[in-house]
Amino acid sequence: MLRAALNRLIGMLTVMAIVVTIVFVIVRVTPGDPAAVMLGPDATAADVEALRQRLGLDGTILQQFVSYVGGILRGDLGQSIFLGQPVTTALWLRAEPTFFLTIFSLAIATTVALPIGIASAYWRGSWFDQATTTLAMFAASVPSFWLGLVFIQTFAVGLGWFPTSGYGGPYSSLGERLFHLALPATTLGIVSSALIMRFTRASMLDVLNDDYVRTARSKGMSEWRVVIRHALKNALIPILTVLGLTAALLISGAIVTETVFALPGIGNLIVSAVLRRDYPVIQGALLIVAGLYVLVNFLIDMLYLLVDPRVRY
Amino acid sequence: MSDLAPDTILSVRDLRTWFKSRRVIAKAVDGVTFDLKRGQTLAVVGESGSGKSVTSLSIMGLLSPPGGIESGEVLFRDSKGVVHDLARASAREFRRLRGKEIAMIFQEPMTSLNPLYTVGDQIGEMIALHERMSHAEARRRALEMLRHVEIPDAANRLDDYPHQMSGGMRQRVMIAMALACNPSLLIADEPTTALDVTIQSQILDLLRRLQDQFGMSILFITHNLGVVAEIAQDVVVMYSGRVVEHAPVVPLFRKQKHPYTQGLLACTPNAARDLSASGERKALYSIPGSVPPITALPPGCAFAPRCRYAIDACSSIPPQLEAVGDHHLSRCLRSAEL
Ligand SMILES: Nc1ncnc2c1ncn2[C@@H]1O[C@H](COP(=O)(O)OP(=O)(O)OP(=O)(O)O)[C@@H](O)[C@H]1O
Ligand SMILES: [Mg+2]
Repeated sequence: MLRAALNRLIGMLTVMAIVVTIVFVIVRVTPGDPAAVMLGPDATAADVEALRQRLGLDGTILQQFVSYVGGILRGDLGQSIFLGQPVTTALWLRAEPTFFLTIFSLAIATTVALPIGIASAYWRGSWFDQATTTLAMFAASVPSFWLGLVFIQTFAVGLGWFPTSGYGGPYSSLGERLFHLALPATTLGIVSSALIMRFTRASMLDVLNDDYVRTARSKGMSEWRVVIRHALKNALIPILTVLGLTAALLISGAIVTETVFALPGIGNLIVSAVLRRDYPVIQGALLIVAGLYVLVNFLIDMLYLLVDPRVRY
Repeated sequence: MSDLAPDTILSVRDLRTWFKSRRVIAKAVDGVTFDLKRGQTLAVVGESGSGKSVTSLSIMGLLSPPGGIESGEVLFRDSKGVVHDLARASAREFRRLRGKEIAMIFQEPMTSLNPLYTVGDQIGEMIALHERMSHAEARRRALEMLRHVEIPDAANRLDDYPHQMSGGMRQRVMIAMALACNPSLLIADEPTTALDVTIQSQILDLLRRLQDQFGMSILFITHNLGVVAEIAQDVVVMYSGRVVEHAPVVPLFRKQKHPYTQGLLACTPNAARDLSASGERKALYSIPGSVPPITALPPGCAFAPRCRYAIDACSSIPPQLEAVGDHHLSRCLRSAEL
């Protein structure tokens, strides 16, 4: 178990090293000189040179790489061009809404999708199964920005139950801030629940016909126990993979949702950085997103190890 | 319902279990009747698809749609003497009876245990479901059961997962689990079919010994008549969902009254008989043709197309199960001549 965890950890660090290299290379192979592109055609050569230095684009490729990696290891992702603050600070200030948005969406998606998926597999072919299948298809095909706008129109503008956008003022309490996430998290949660729901249903259907489920019934236990303890635990193994995928999709979903709800999160930061060609911020955000992605996969792998005794890396 | 003889633990009466789909009805079990006496073993024999497993699943109430009991009774006397009709029992009744009063060993040892729990947990769960016992006591009892089924080094195997065990070991675990709450009826659905021959006879020995020790009645399902002689007192031979011959084991082996039983016995490999003194092999007999699909049975006797004694009447008149001797029933128009 410990050795397997260690193996995965080494794998995770390898992936991160590759990501760091790719991010480094991407900026360097972008056609044209990033500094010149950023400053526009009217810039003087001295200005461009100064910016090249700030971006770490001076010196040989090897020197650039060493100082870039050294910076990352020290936790230094460079300076934002437009925000006048270090990239790490810019990311950190916007981490909270994104973090909670992702967590809440995943929580909403799972708590909605798992029970519905289980129930529709158990009562396959029933009206409940058919109704939820239709709903899942709807949830999977509706764009999140559209659903977000509908929610704003209905629950914020129309009924006035929730704030329309933003993340509260500078002096809002944590509770007030989180309240602003109710609509965005529901939007993102619903959109991502469809995949989990369909997968849970399929996986449960598979498992409910397995021989050990019949054995469990033959022991004289409640259907509840048969389904949860014997069937669901086996069905969870493939479902975990989808949860990992969903978590990754949520990160990109957050970009859209944060824009619709004007949430000052990392997604919003990325959008504005791209629009303004703020290379250091784009690079930093890429690293953070990739890091989160790798971390989620690591956690999923650890869950596999916990659930399935047959898995050995 | 009270007309169950006191020494009878299980009485299946005119059981019909059908699988209904939109277009066809598959009569997997069609009017099966037999009794099992307390402490005895009844063997149910027949080729693949004859309805043996469906019969046992009907008794356990484990059929899933589209399968269901169409009619008939399955009377079972529990250890307190109360008679239940399992064909109509509620989910609550089954929860109390399964595992505690009636236990089942399945045909597929490789897949019948849950891969995610240790064998100790799975046996312990059975005990915890039916007995008031602490976790530690249940574990001790599970270990004791593993010793009963002669798993070597049982104390260390308790925390093994099924995938760490061989098929024979897993079937022993299934037996240990089935017997953990000392059931009065054990249904063993081809418990040895998936195992190799040496393991087969070990498991049979084991079942016999455990039966002496625990005193349960056994409904033993097999397609191998050779096994029957070793374990059962009574034999039911099934073909296409019906009983074709029913007799105590000794008369049956002495004189088969149904051509199908004769054929089955002739097919049973027997090394001593098949290898003559000169060392030459006799050709192994096999029944010509194959089992007709149960959705398209011939109008007369279902076995007639494969039967070497068949006469014209056989393909039009459905034979009835009739007495042809002491406790000996056969479903054949020509039983008297055979
Ligand atoms: N779920 C099902 N749906 C439709 N038909 C079924 C189903 N289960 C069994 N049957 C049919 O019922 C008949 C009897 O099957 P059963 O499993 O009882 O045979 P068996 O005697 O146990 O054979 P085997 O020796 O192969 O285990 C077969 O013709 C089979 O096709
Ligand atoms: Mg079978």
